Amino acid sequence: MEPAIAMPRPPRPQAGVLLPLERRSAPALEGEPVFDLEDVEVFYGSFRAVRGVSMKIQKNQITAFIGPSGCGKTTVLRAFNRMHDTTPGARVTGKLRYHGVDLYGPEVSATEVRRRIGMVFQKPNPFPKSIYDNIAFGPRINGVRDKQQLDEVVQRSLRAAALWDEVKDRLDKSALGLSGGQQQRLCIARTIAVEPDVVLMDEPCSALDPIATARIEELMRELKSRFTIVIVTHNMQQAARTSDRTAFFTAELDSKTDQRTGILVEYDATAKLFSNPRDERTENYITGRFG
Amino acid sequence: MTAPDLRARRSWRSVQDRLVTGLMIAAVVAVFVPLVAVLVSLIARGGGIVLDSFPAFFTEEVPRFSRREGPGMGPAVIGTLLATAAATAMAVPLGVLGAIYLHEYGGRGRFARLVRFMATVMTGVPSIVMGLFIYILWTIRFGFSAFGGALALACLMLPVVIGASEQMLRLVPNHLREASYALGATRSRTILTVVLPAALPGIVSGCLLAVARAAGETAPLLFAVGAAKAFNWSVLDEANTALSMQIFSNAMDVPAAQDRAWGAALTLVLLTFLLTLTARLVTGRFALKR
Amino acid sequence: MQLFDRPSATPRVAARPARAGAFDLRGHSQHADRAFRWIALGAAAVVLVVLALIAITMTDRARPVLGRMGLGFFTTTTWSVPTNTYGALGFIFGTLYTAAIAIAIAVPISFGVALFVTQAAPRWLRKPLVYAIDLLAVVPSVVFGLWGLLVLEPALGLQSSFLTAGVILAIMITPIITSLSREVIETTPTTDKEAALALGATRWEMITAAVWPHSKGGLVGAVMLGLGRAMGETIAATLVIGNTVHVTGNPFAPGYSMPTVIANEFGEAEPLHKSALIALAVTLFLITIAVNLAATAIVQRSLRRSGGK
Repeated sequence: MEPAIAMPRPPRPQAGVLLPLERRSAPALEGEPVFDLEDVEVFYGSFRAVRGVSMKIQKNQITAFIGPSGCGKTTVLRAFNRMHDTTPGARVTGKLRYHGVDLYGPEVSATEVRRRIGMVFQKPNPFPKSIYDNIAFGPRINGVRDKQQLDEVVQRSLRAAALWDEVKDRLDKSALGLSGGQQQRLCIARTIAVEPDVVLMDEPCSALDPIATARIEELMRELKSRFTIVIVTHNMQQAARTSDRTAFFTAELDSKTDQRTGILVEYDATAKLFSNPRDERTENYITGRFG
Repeated sequence: MTAPDLRARRSWRSVQDRLVTGLMIAAVVAVFVPLVAVLVSLIARGGGIVLDSFPAFFTEEVPRFSRREGPGMGPAVIGTLLATAAATAMAVPLGVLGAIYLHEYGGRGRFARLVRFMATVMTGVPSIVMGLFIYILWTIRFGFSAFGGALALACLMLPVVIGASEQMLRLVPNHLREASYALGATRSRTILTVVLPAALPGIVSGCLLAVARAAGETAPLLFAVGAAKAFNWSVLDEANTALSMQIFSNAMDVPAAQDRAWGAALTLVLLTFLLTLTARLVTGRFALKR
Repeated sequence: MQLFDRPSATPRVAARPARAGAFDLRGHSQHADRAFRWIALGAAAVVLVVLALIAITMTDRARPVLGRMGLGFFTTTTWSVPTNTYGALGFIFGTLYTAAIAIAIAVPISFGVALFVTQAAPRWLRKPLVYAIDLLAVVPSVVFGLWGLLVLEPALGLQSSFLTAGVILAIMITPIITSLSREVIETTPTTDKEAALALGATRWEMITAAVWPHSKGGLVGAVMLGLGRAMGETIAATLVIGNTVHVTGNPFAPGYSMPTVIANEFGEAEPLHKSALIALAVTLFLITIAVNLAATAIVQRSLRRSGGK
């Protein structure tokens, strides 16, 4: 029985089922950021939900966004894969660069962005289809028709998500029949089946029990070698356990309009942020004095 | 690493997406074409005769010889108003009271569920069936009259009024009722002074829509109202006529009659639009929201 | 020894409850209250009374012709007044045929509009669009018939036929199918739609992956309701159907249907003829009721299921 995956990225030809992605050309430069944010702000109509976010996300690392509710963590996350396009009245300003390309540039197609930057949601949301069809959905819309190739992708993704052994005998059964934790791992498998560059996770464990949570955290550690992961979490300990870098957000209350705008307070290596935070607000949050 | 190419790919997928969006827009256009075409015809052909002979169109009788050119449709307007008003006077109180019973007293009891089910069945009764029913029940015994037509229209309106009213009663929050009970009011008093006023705008709106539908109906009137050409202000006596019926009978008649049919159609559409717009205004401004 | 105060209003001598006073809980408005309940109940019962009357009187009047024709009433296409032969089959066929044409035209358009309004239209356009489409439902059917006969037929060079009737019916049932479809489609969970989009799906791919599976059932119900309407619609069809019994696959042929023959022939019919027409009405009634009930059940079930998510 082969181990779930702990190996470095497999050589391209074997995994090259989908469209050629640029990362196959030159090897990644050390320290080159995947995302480079400069003064990014998000508006819903005239309401500024998040202001002045500047940060760099590194490749093959797990970056965690922590902070109390309503301070913009999910809002910033959804800016990474252009999900705000689906919210009428939402607007993203500032520069959000992905491997040097402005994600909100005029010629950029949101569909292409989302092919490369996948997302796992808070509540598991498998399609009302079979397990197989859920995973195969992504590859299919990207042109993979050959049954054998699809079988391969499905198996590979399910193994990578540590779900294969549990479902290999019932791939044609409805995905809705799985437990919550299994459904979430299915959603992860579905996301990585299209071989994205980045996997965004919006509080993926908040609807799950502790055991399922632990499995997902383990999965994240294994997937880090292949993908860049950004995770929003309410659970500080989870961030401390799993992430390489952590960003702490909080909300500022505008006394005039009574609106809360999210800001990035501190962003550092996880070990450093949790043991020796620079900002007092970070320290208050971590030590539980508020939030 | 080389910068990723995020431009939209020219692939079958994007073509397909755009094609489907185009089809959707085509569907929307397809819906508007008949609407606009009908309105244009109404104004062009109906407007002509109504305005040319204004106000004769509404004050003159229907010509005895249809070949004769010129107005009027006066009796038809009166007939429509009489029949619709009488139908409303019967259907609305019965319907609202019935809805009150269903929601405030009946709840999930067997009788209430049966009535609700039958009301749903009744909304599906084809209007011509209702027309025949009233013919058998009333016209054979009492002859043609506006009232016969009103009976048939009332039967059509009743389930609609019940359904709309019950929906509005459901939207009235329970704590209003409880506040009234806690002050010692009886159930009937609570319903009449607290619940009904709260639900009233929505109920009024629903009733206006039912009236609009009734005013436009033809089939139920065919065998109940008759085909009078002279003014008949009486609801109960003697044959009458209605705008919808005149349109129907004139449509296949000589061109002079067809002109009158267009005028009648314009009048009828204006009437129903007016009722509908009023209903929507009432809903927009006053009614309880879902 | 008194442990607690006695309520002062309780007379010490009364052996039965006081007629009036602070503790008379019966209340005087009880009679009015109960009367109101009975009035309301009576009003509700009117529905049952009317339906029962319809059933009784109409089947009673339909008996003569069924006595004469037996079950052949439903299997013969001959409809001949002079020979007192009445067969409903031609009209049943006509009703189903025109309804089928109407559905074939209306469903793609209704679905297209419903999808556009819920998934593709910009926010500011949605309400006005819905408003305008609902106006189509307000236009009385006789006006559509008039327009169909005097404008549409000459414009398209068509004669009165199954097709023309089908087109007019399609125009009339589109608003109802669209409105119900919209309701059903809107119950699709946003999270499913986002899941599809997040995988890089285009809007159409998202619709097939997330919207369609959830809405399938309800949309079927919406179509069936439209079908019920199309079958029962009388006046608009009467003016453009052609008034000739035909059992044929040719949509351009003039035709006849149950409601339209009743509208045309009832006025001057002899008793047996009338009985036959009434029997047609009963048949029509039963068919449309069956379709409408099935449709309502399907739509309710779909809305309930999705709403519960």
